[in-house]
Amino acid sequence: MAELQTQPGPQPVGSGPEPLLRVDRMSRHFKIGNALSRHTLHAVDDMSFSVGEREIVAIAGESGSGKSTVARVLAKIYKPTTGEVYFQGKPLSAFRSRQAKLRYSGLVPMVFQDPFASMNPVFRVSHGVMRALKLHRPELTNEQRFAEAARVFDAVGLNPGAEVLQRYPHELSGGQRQRVGFAQALAMRPKLILADEPVSMLDVSIRIGLLNVMAKLRDEEGVSILYITHDLASARYVADRLIVMYAGHLVETGPAEEVLSNPRHPYTQLLLSAVPDPKAELNVGAETDRGEPPRVINPTPGCRFRWRCPLAIAICHEVTPQLAELAPAHSAACHVAQSGAEVKAF
Amino acid sequence: MAHALADDQYGLVRPHRPEPVLEIRDLSVEYVLESGIVGAVENVSFDVAPGEFLAIVGESGCGKSTLLFGITQLLNPPAEISSGSVAFHGTDLVQLTERQLAVVRWKDMSVVMQSAMNALNPVQSIGAQFRDAMRAHGKTSKAEIHERSVDVLKMVGIDPVHLKSYPHQLSGGMRQRSMIAMAMLFTPELIIMDEPTSALDVVAQRSLMAQIKDLQQEFHFAVIFVTHDMSLVRHFSDRLMVMYAGQVSELGPTRQLFNHPHHPYTVGLMDAFPSIRGPRVQLTGIPGRPPDLARPPAGCRFSPRCPKVMPRCETDPPPEYQVDGTSVRCFLYDAREVLSG
Repeated sequence: MAELQTQPGPQPVGSGPEPLLRVDRMSRHFKIGNALSRHTLHAVDDMSFSVGEREIVAIAGESGSGKSTVARVLAKIYKPTTGEVYFQGKPLSAFRSRQAKLRYSGLVPMVFQDPFASMNPVFRVSHGVMRALKLHRPELTNEQRFAEAARVFDAVGLNPGAEVLQRYPHELSGGQRQRVGFAQALAMRPKLILADEPVSMLDVSIRIGLLNVMAKLRDEEGVSILYITHDLASARYVADRLIVMYAGHLVETGPAEEVLSNPRHPYTQLLLSAVPDPKAELNVGAETDRGEPPRVINPTPGCRFRWRCPLAIAICHEVTPQLAELAPAHSAACHVAQSGAEVKAF
Repeated sequence: MAHALADDQYGLVRPHRPEPVLEIRDLSVEYVLESGIVGAVENVSFDVAPGEFLAIVGESGCGKSTLLFGITQLLNPPAEISSGSVAFHGTDLVQLTERQLAVVRWKDMSVVMQSAMNALNPVQSIGAQFRDAMRAHGKTSKAEIHERSVDVLKMVGIDPVHLKSYPHQLSGGMRQRSMIAMAMLFTPELIIMDEPTSALDVVAQRSLMAQIKDLQQEFHFAVIFVTHDMSLVRHFSDRLMVMYAGQVSELGPTRQLFNHPHHPYTVGLMDAFPSIRGPRVQLTGIPGRPPDLARPPAGCRFSPRCPKVMPRCETDPPPEYQVDGTSVRCFLYDAREVLSG
């Protein structure tokens, strides 16, 4: 393969060596409407973040916040409208040949939300993982492939792996199927697994087991995971860093524990206050937020949360707030928080 | 008899009645399949008091939705009620014909289904669907129908202009609210809700829960709320019923159940939620999976997954024991007074 010609994008100020994955001012827009009414839906706007080695980064947000669009851009299902994504320093647009694409999808596989729809019911579960191995690691012999498949099945807690491989999808529970999804991803020796709501369709008693698998993959296999979720509590449980999205914008990011214990953006505070917590007392105030996130069609500048924000000031209606560091590694895109005022919205 | 039930003036707050609205006794529902009989719900008994909020919690496949359909007589073959009774103010709904049921349904007892997108007709406006429901149950004056439709939409916090809107023009939260508005058209005594918030985001979910509670306090209807998410109902329900593999494993006052869970399954469920506050601790969830109900375990149905399993759990099915006002189906509480079985 020819040496990929790469132009290193502008490095964020003060950043160290190139991270595993770097998203640089990426936007993804969709054209909607017909010939008479043309509109642009801004699913993701001007988003920058990075994922390091051996790191679980959670992207949290409500439905429609653009978090799944981010995953799809990273999986090369969509091309970014503007901006660029760098994987190991190379821009995604450089992975152009069939071989380069295949190599990329092996390094950055995706695990899907619905474990019932993502497996072919007429094949044994070995089918998917063996095919993936054949495609992505052609140097292995048949025996080596089977041994490797059994190893990754054991690694995700499907023991004994060699036996589970022979089963059909209907013989597995939802939690087991989702583990198969992770095993398939792991078989390709990935650097980064894109997990789009991997536990939201599972029963609560099973979810924790899968979150533990994700942590184990990070600790023992050295894989990074981009965990996309609407569940802040599970993000806190498993993620090292947290990214909160609202209406296509990245509104707050930082170490998960720091963001959740000391949220600076009013939206993060709203999300956090809405998480049902059986161990805490009810905190629904007299003023319950009943707003809903907007669909961002032909947006004008300004903070997209301003209509729901009790703290909105004049500038919020005119200038889109940029991400700024408010504490070490903890940034928020909020004019009020950046002015130094204490933010206590919800 | 059924007519007497339906004679209530709609829109009025009903006087407090001492006897339960709903009495369920030994209700069993079976799926009769070629491969055999699957007991989806087994000997479930409970009462619902007027104005009470009862939450039913369980994993998928535990029979909670089948139980709801059994209560509302909406079961379709191959599911059928094999035994037991569902008494609504003393009338056994299981014995009624479809015609007799039609009188009770919607006026005295209404249902809010899980997915509002599928429950609402996509080609009819919200107002037209309200009108249909009211005509089917005997409200025919146009002015009255309009007035009531505007009222119920206002109750759930939706601008009445949306009577002219179609379901796709509303957000998920608004669709779910308009389903609740529809369920309230006749101010029923009992509203049954099957995971009404499961398709919503956390913020919309919380506001919908708060709204249901507000409406309930204002109009004093009873609610049976089915969910898989225990933490959601913690602050809203009066009593909590935990179901496992078609049986009630624990039933008691919500607060008590959260503070002192008795059944090992309930304890496991409590520990399956990562908390958003407090220290980060390693959780384990509950290992294993629910049993196949076509071949349930001989003894306690939770025994294969239970951390406190005893030899007799694998052979004898445990009866319900009464512990501090909570009924628990577990041999760990055998020393106490036996309720049934």
